[in-house]
Amino acid sequence: MPSIVKPLIPLSPLPKNELGLTLRDYEGAMSTLCAGCGHDSVTAAISHAFFELSTPPHRIAKLSGIGCSSKTPTYFVRGAHGFNSAHGRMATIATGANAANRELTYIGISGDGDSLSIGLGHLMHAIRRNVNMVYVIENNGVYGLTKGQLSASADIGSSPKKGEPNLLAPIDPIMLGLTLGATFLARCFSGDKEQLIPILKAAVAHHGFALIDVISPCVTFNDHESSTKSYKFFREHEVKEVQADFVPLQVPIRATIPSDAAKAVTMHDGSVMRFRSVPEGYDPSDRMKVEEYIRDRQSRGEIATGLLYLDESGPELHELNHTPKEGLNTLPFATLCPGAKELATMQEDFR
Amino acid sequence: MTMTAKSVVGSRVNDFSIKLANVNGTGSASANSLLVQAIFRMGIPVSGKNLFPSNIQGLPTWYEIRVNASGYTARALDYDLVVAMNSQTYAEDIDEVSSGGYVLYDSSWPLDAKLAREDITFLGVPLAAMCLENFAKPRERILMKNVAYAGAVVALVGVDLEVVASLLAETYARNEALRDSNQRALRLGYDYAKENFECPLAFHLAPLDKNADSILIDGNTATALGCLYAGATVAAWYPITPATAVMDNFTRLCARYRRVKIDSDDPNVPASFQNNYLIIQAEDEIASIGMVLGASWSGARAFTSTSGPGISLMSELLGLAYYTEIPAVIVDVQRVGPSTGMPTRTQQGDILMCAYASHGDTKHILLFPANPHECFDFAAASFDLAERFQTPVFLLSDLDIGMNDWVVPKLEWDDAYVPDRGRVLRDEDLSEIAEFFRYSGEDHEFVTPRTLPGSHAKGAYFVRGSGHDKFGHYTETPDEYQEVVDRLKLKHAAAASHVPAPVVLRRPGATIGLITLGSCDLAVREAIDELAEQGLVADFMRVRGFPFVASVRSFVEEHERCFVVEQNRDAQLRSLIAIETGVDIEKMKSVLAYGGYPLSAKQVVDSVLTQREMP
Repeated sequence: MPSIVKPLIPLSPLPKNELGLTLRDYEGAMSTLCAGCGHDSVTAAISHAFFELSTPPHRIAKLSGIGCSSKTPTYFVRGAHGFNSAHGRMATIATGANAANRELTYIGISGDGDSLSIGLGHLMHAIRRNVNMVYVIENNGVYGLTKGQLSASADIGSSPKKGEPNLLAPIDPIMLGLTLGATFLARCFSGDKEQLIPILKAAVAHHGFALIDVISPCVTFNDHESSTKSYKFFREHEVKEVQADFVPLQVPIRATIPSDAAKAVTMHDGSVMRFRSVPEGYDPSDRMKVEEYIRDRQSRGEIATGLLYLDESGPELHELNHTPKEGLNTLPFATLCPGAKELATMQEDFR
Repeated sequence: MTMTAKSVVGSRVNDFSIKLANVNGTGSASANSLLVQAIFRMGIPVSGKNLFPSNIQGLPTWYEIRVNASGYTARALDYDLVVAMNSQTYAEDIDEVSSGGYVLYDSSWPLDAKLAREDITFLGVPLAAMCLENFAKPRERILMKNVAYAGAVVALVGVDLEVVASLLAETYARNEALRDSNQRALRLGYDYAKENFECPLAFHLAPLDKNADSILIDGNTATALGCLYAGATVAAWYPITPATAVMDNFTRLCARYRRVKIDSDDPNVPASFQNNYLIIQAEDEIASIGMVLGASWSGARAFTSTSGPGISLMSELLGLAYYTEIPAVIVDVQRVGPSTGMPTRTQQGDILMCAYASHGDTKHILLFPANPHECFDFAAASFDLAERFQTPVFLLSDLDIGMNDWVVPKLEWDDAYVPDRGRVLRDEDLSEIAEFFRYSGEDHEFVTPRTLPGSHAKGAYFVRGSGHDKFGHYTETPDEYQEVVDRLKLKHAAAASHVPAPVVLRRPGATIGLITLGSCDLAVREAIDELAEQGLVADFMRVRGFPFVASVRSFVEEHERCFVVEQNRDAQLRSLIAIETGVDIEKMKSVLAYGGYPLSAKQVVDSVLTQREMP
């Protein structure tokens, strides 16, 4: 995956964020993915979200595994610290990095092969540990880099470009997350920036593990008639009922957001997630009802998108472990080593 | 291989061995270690080796105690006294008693006449009957049998009864009832032996003063202490025998030394605490090493502990760490492989796997501790090495070191120690340079500076396991790729002078050399003494780290013939020496013991004598 430096064409005046940075500062190298790839839209949305949040680029750690999706961290926030790891193992690296330094914003980019097959165990345990990070699955139902094998998220009956249709039940990361006690679960469509950007921003603000399943069609291998992860299928079957807006702490609630929001959830940092156009009886904090709703939609062949579940009350990894507020990597050695005298004393126990 | 004849028991002070045959899960372990601890406190060099099954309850288990005033406490293979508490293994246990030796058995039931041996003495103690009479609870009747046979052994070999009594008082300081039961059971056995046998036996103990500066400790505890002292703050692991106790101990030590109480100003809010560490029991060993890499990337000292099967799983990410140059400390407490192998038996079978773990061209730094003292020192040193060379470092312990109690010199710590954090550019360093490229600017040891995530934007770069050039950029160009991996090879070689130097013991007139590593240490040194008595003088070299220093090669070259003593089938150390130093492999013969029990000097002596005459 060679990276091509994106030419910085000065288009003045570009809007600046609180840090005085422009959207360009949140972009990365030129994408080498296929033209029209859903992943590039996700990349763009991530750049927008961090730009709008005014997150200092060097305080972002972007990680990935292996696959088309995992190439994308090169294409956003060039000033962030990046880690393109091994297939399926991104969650473990991110967990360790977060364990050592809780002060950064962690975003992991993965795909359906990376997360739902080879790395499924790690994803599940990262959810359980409630590692404070954004975890994006760019889900296209297919292995792109190895040229078109079906993945574990392919729906029954979905066909690869070549070969037989899939007969196995798909793994749905959202249903999985509900079972495992996830605290933030969203599903989006890569082509819908309006929906994706606020959800990404909320995921960053979320206090814990924020899982975003982005249906991101593969134009080369899985955008044909029989695919349920194609642009056409998704546009026809998406039910965008659970719409939400993210209101950062510092920003006053704008008039454009309907005041009759069915549900507003205050995030850990004081910002607010407002759910609008929520179907009647839908409560994004009620695990049982969310599951019922998603299943009901699925049974009708529809895909519910939006921020589907949110729980800001659960303790994240560090709270569960009573670690200090600053990163463990900042603790002075003197506070960590009990010293020679104590070593002599404690050895009386070994006599 | 023929074994030297079994020794005949004679009058010996502080030089004998006892084998205790038990059923696992019956509580014998504490009685056995009580004996070892008491002998240790009498100032006499001693070892206790637990030969146990991979099982929780019901299978045969053995414990061997060797007493040796000269400090040779490797496995003996000659047993002066066998405590036969497991009727399932009576035949083999009785067979192992040296001629003139003793068997202590439970005479509550008659012994099968077929087991009789003319050349040994049977000492029957009605342990079950005594415990039935003296204890009411069924569980107690079983447990106290162990303490009662310990009492008999105390009388038979002359363990100081006062020392044992005070040990029991310390152990059960918070449980008076249990302490009293133990004291009573101890006296039952002790008094019975005193009244019925001639105590002490011809071989017995006499107090010495050899342990004043020593401790009795297992390697896993010492390793955990080393990690604590080195300032490790993040640890990730998956349970596995025989490494589990490393993390159990690290957890216990952290709770004791790294948990800071936070008082509350508000009377309604209770005081809380802060943990200056984070230990994660991961979903598998792959996750464990992944977490270690994430934490080390972020600048924390992080480690994992595992055994061979765990290393197999970690291999892929070990290559990632090597290639992306991320520090990692991996404790491998080796057990018998391949596959599940024999999880509760010892071996040194992971040497080659760890040296070259992962696909592609990889080489790692290995440290070979020989005992718990070195586990402590080397564990601490491994963090310095890992951070200095920005690469994985393996601490290759084994089950014998890790899970058995060893008498070793007290651990020492230098308060002047400053961790070697390696070449890390901080924000102030970054502000002074024009541009930062991750894999450029190597020092004399071929190490390039790194930055930590979160540091100044100038220091941001992309860690990638895919092909990269010296700038850290993706590449598929042959020259650019090779430039980086060539430097990695030189960097690995540069670590040779930083790993612990080999221990070399030379004898005037030596013609052969014995080369070994790790827990073979004591057995090989004892073997050299015995060989000298038989007129074969040998030099000794114990390698303690990989990559090898030049003196490893010259030691082989200086001797007509060398014998490499190690505990694996395929002579892995011998191969590694030949591959890495280029020395003629035919100059090195092998002494191999890989059945799973700790090495004994006898095995070494017999093998060397047999092979000496061979071409």
